[in-house]
Amino acid sequence: MVLRKLLRSIRQYLPSTIATPLLVLGEVILECTIPFYIAELVNRIKDGATVSEITSFGGILAVMAIGSLTFGVLAGMTCATASCGFGKNLRADLYNAVNDFSFDNIDTFSTSSLVTRMTTDVTNVQNAFMMLTRIAIRAPFMMIFAFIMAFRLGGRLAWIFVVVVPILGGTLFFVASRAMPLFRRIFKKYDRLNESVEENIVGMRVVKSFVREDYEKSKFDTAAEEVRRDFTKAEKILAWNAPVMQFCLYVVMVFVLSYGSYVTITTMGMDFDVGQISAMLTYSFMILSSLMMISMIFVMITLASESAVRIVEVLDAVPNIVSPDPETAIENVADGSIEFRNVCYSYADNPDNDVLHDISLSIGSGETVGIIGSTGSGKSSLVQLIPRLYDAKSGEVIVGGINVKEYDLAALRNSVAMVLQKNVLFEGTIEENLRWGNPDATPEEIREACRLSCADEFIESREEGYEYRIDHGGANISGGQKQRLCIARALLKKPKIIIFDDSTSAVDTRTDAIIRKGMREYIPETTKIIIAQRTASVEDADKIIVIDDGRIAAVGNHEELLNNSDIYRDIYTSQTKMTPAS
Amino acid sequence: MPGNGGPRRRGPGLAPGEKLSKGIIKRVIRDFISFHPVLLPVTIVCIITASVISSMPSVFQQRIIAVIERSFGSGDWAGARGEIFRYITILIVMYVVSLAATIAYNQMMATITQGTLKKMRVKLFNRMETLPIKFFDRRPVGDTMSLYTNDIDALRQMVSQSFPQMLNTSIMIVTVISIMLYYSVYMTAVVLAGVALMVVVTRLIGGGSARFFFKQQQALGKEEGYIQETISGAKVVKVFCHENECREDFEKLNDELFRVSSRANKYANTLGPVLNNMGNILYVIVGISGGVFVSAGIRNIGIGGLPFSVSLVVPFLSMTRMFCGQVGQVSNQINAIVSGLAGCERIYRVMDEEPESDDGYVHLVNVYEKDGELAETQDNTRMWAWKHPHREQGTVTYTRLCGDIVLDGVDFSYNETKQVLFDISLYAKPGQKIAFVGATGAGKTTITNLLNRFYDIEDGKIRYDGININKICKKDLRHAVGIVLQDTNLFTGTVMDNIRYGRLTATDKECIAAAKLAGADSFITHLPDGYDTVITGNASNLSQGQRQLLSIARAAVADPPVMILDEATSSIDTRTEAIVARGMDALMKGRTTFVIAHRLSTVKNSDVIIVLDHGHIIERGDHDELIAARGQYYNLYTGAFELE
Repeated sequence: MVLRKLLRSIRQYLPSTIATPLLVLGEVILECTIPFYIAELVNRIKDGATVSEITSFGGILAVMAIGSLTFGVLAGMTCATASCGFGKNLRADLYNAVNDFSFDNIDTFSTSSLVTRMTTDVTNVQNAFMMLTRIAIRAPFMMIFAFIMAFRLGGRLAWIFVVVVPILGGTLFFVASRAMPLFRRIFKKYDRLNESVEENIVGMRVVKSFVREDYEKSKFDTAAEEVRRDFTKAEKILAWNAPVMQFCLYVVMVFVLSYGSYVTITTMGMDFDVGQISAMLTYSFMILSSLMMISMIFVMITLASESAVRIVEVLDAVPNIVSPDPETAIENVADGSIEFRNVCYSYADNPDNDVLHDISLSIGSGETVGIIGSTGSGKSSLVQLIPRLYDAKSGEVIVGGINVKEYDLAALRNSVAMVLQKNVLFEGTIEENLRWGNPDATPEEIREACRLSCADEFIESREEGYEYRIDHGGANISGGQKQRLCIARALLKKPKIIIFDDSTSAVDTRTDAIIRKGMREYIPETTKIIIAQRTASVEDADKIIVIDDGRIAAVGNHEELLNNSDIYRDIYTSQTKMTPAS
Repeated sequence: MPGNGGPRRRGPGLAPGEKLSKGIIKRVIRDFISFHPVLLPVTIVCIITASVISSMPSVFQQRIIAVIERSFGSGDWAGARGEIFRYITILIVMYVVSLAATIAYNQMMATITQGTLKKMRVKLFNRMETLPIKFFDRRPVGDTMSLYTNDIDALRQMVSQSFPQMLNTSIMIVTVISIMLYYSVYMTAVVLAGVALMVVVTRLIGGGSARFFFKQQQALGKEEGYIQETISGAKVVKVFCHENECREDFEKLNDELFRVSSRANKYANTLGPVLNNMGNILYVIVGISGGVFVSAGIRNIGIGGLPFSVSLVVPFLSMTRMFCGQVGQVSNQINAIVSGLAGCERIYRVMDEEPESDDGYVHLVNVYEKDGELAETQDNTRMWAWKHPHREQGTVTYTRLCGDIVLDGVDFSYNETKQVLFDISLYAKPGQKIAFVGATGAGKTTITNLLNRFYDIEDGKIRYDGININKICKKDLRHAVGIVLQDTNLFTGTVMDNIRYGRLTATDKECIAAAKLAGADSFITHLPDGYDTVITGNASNLSQGQRQLLSIARAAVADPPVMILDEATSSIDTRTEAIVARGMDALMKGRTTFVIAHRLSTVKNSDVIIVLDHGHIIERGDHDELIAARGQYYNLYTGAFELE
């Protein structure tokens, strides 16, 4: 199942994928035939062949070698194309699958695990694919053909392989089955060792300020010693492979030389001859090294299969939020009114534990609404239902008079802008980042959005202005500046509804107030929803919703809530006693 | 400051233009021998024995075939039997020895490889622990980590495979060439000419492969960076319906990766068959030339003085095969050895870094009071004093540990070009609370870096209980200064272990008391295994607030008279924030505290508030004074400026 799913990513590289084993097959057949003819050549030399006989015979052999070379090189090339192409498609398939994911899907996998799956896991599978199309075909075929040729050439002498192959095969199997689980366990230990090194590097200030250098050293020494002991044990098991392989070769050698000479001399070269002795040794090497190769492939495939399973999990995940049928989907959001009707919501991984209980509320188009409540009370979940980042478990979310599920997803999300709590900017210029909001925005529109979000000042104070390059993860600007840019980016969408999910926490209170004032004056028809920790950020809202433990605890304006909501009053007083009476 | 940077990927081996330093090989060999002074030479002897013997069979093959050739016409097995069995017996004896040597060296190699890795690891780690903070601040975490992962792995490959194989190969080549020369110079010339050609081809193909593998590494790095960025920001991508744009950008990177990686692999994949079949062709050529030599009756030249015959051509064929097999091996192993050496080079570079120096001679000792004087004792009196020897007078004075801090005209810069602090003077009496406020980059964190001598000041003096901190042994100074940082940096282990990190001799009871003081006890007891719950370094199973509480408890166990607190800026909810604030307050009680403040409540009840701007103190005083002054602090406080 896993395999079939993965193989779907071969697509346009199917010809190369099929050609590779065929070419390998050609290569192997020729390669296995060459020693057979060399044996003939040797026999003829022994029997006193003329120079021209020898060269013409050698010519045939050379042609065979060149043929095998051609097959081999072509196989190598098609294999490279096939495996890299497969890897490319697989990466793209994964990327596209994740692109179609809903927030729920992303949450279940977690971003770091998605990144690992798309990088390390794909590389593992791609390498295994390369092995499979080439070496995994080559090794068994080589073994089979070498076997056949050895029997054709050596007759009863070839029975020796029936003795040594099981010995080597058995050892390889035994070693692999003993060592593999050990290795798997040790690698985990080894990872932990490296994690503890990383903890040390990152936390060096803590180590040094508590003067724990010696303690850390002895801790590390103990852990490293444990890793050493276990690794040594596992590698000592593995170290039996090479001698056993050598033992088998030696057995064949002694047997062929002794019994081979007997047969040669007694049959006067009828059943077996000098040339064959040498060829038999070549075949034995071919057979035994193929066997080694096969065991290596098994190990590799077991390792890659774990990666394969993880990849397929992503490919199999069904995006649980999709756009409705384009025929019936509604493309236009009429206005910024919002209504929740008996909405319940729970996380996908914990469906029995409702995060929102039976929420009903309505917000008029153009209103400013504040939402306040402690961490984990469900504020973010509530607003994320509006642009359908998540779907309600039951009840209806209605935007512009129509259930959100009936809108074309892109149309809905383009009308509902959201400034996320964990917001990110991307590597690139400020302008490039802002254009995420609207790729066709004019320079005037961009400046206007930045003016509204109070981002214009710091942008224009920089020499490069809007061309200033933002580093990976926005590392080279401050938290407050980042938030202002994220607001500007959302404003450029000219949305019907704009949602701020705690998006001004790093902005000073005065700027916060200026931004809110700007919104009120310049986009009065847009519905504005503000989630905040500070009551100051929502004081002047038309309506404030207090959320507590997934329920609406109170709704009203600032004065009303001060009078009739204990929670609101508590939050307000705990914050204002820190601020001077102005 | 320590930066994690984006994802970083460094392929094995040397980057184009990177060179190995002179003497690296000598140093590596010296180190490896010192790790296993007996085992390593013994192993080398075993390897040599095994490889010499495994190149010998062709000699017996030749002898046996010569016997067959002689007795062939007569079919006289009885006559030939004795001689053949004699050779076979010798062969078996040699095989037994060879096998024994092979088994021995393979087993010993496992011990040596892992022993060497462990010793390198521990050596590196031990040196790393002694390096100054400056080293860690300047170097991305990923770079240092890759020493332990990439470079040690390259070392493993080098020690466990490349060294023995190279040794094996070179001995085999020498032995085989000697045997060949013993048989026939002409035939040897044919084989060597063929092998020379193979070496040239290997270098050509291998060079192309290395070039494109390097490009592949870069392309992969770029693509993984993009994946990292857009997957981490996947929610933003969705909110802005930017899926298609991302798809297009990704496609471009992915196509480029395909282009270079398929070329790299084409080179790599063709090398095998090319070498293999060149070997076959050489095999054929050797066969033909042997045949020609035999049938044309050319006079042989060889050390052994044997005439051309089939019994000579056959072993030459096996030797040719042996030889050809080594060419591919050598090229692989050379690459691995270069990677390994490059890894060693990077590791040595860190090992050669100057460790943190410490010429302090004032120590912290336990004392007790006797007749109004302090006297030193080995007992744990929980009363501490600075033991200050005065070399000139030959006397020793004891100063009670109080936590009195004075900064006098301190100048500081991280590097020569940019001064960070200018003429900073301030004092803190025992038990006082000093808050630093100011914009990012004003120098708040820097001051705290100086108190425990993570960095040394350029000019001016810092005194702890009246003693210049340059005279105090760093370990003792750091014991006397505790820190709670924004980045909590917990370590993998139980909750109890993490608290005890503050003082290793603390009893469970003392640790729990510290947790209670910090306000961490209630959440800890709710964890599945309470104080025995195992947390990981990044403590993903704990919330930010809980991690902070643990780091407060950790500092409380240490119980130093001076504390540095770097308040967290990250937004935690009001309730947790209040608990953390209470924990901090409890910790500060009775200690001299320096706070890098982000919360107004902390600032407000400080004894002294220091306002920093571009490395200068621009205002100082308590809250009321500074508010009355209507200066920068007033602006910050009323929200006209961002505190952070």
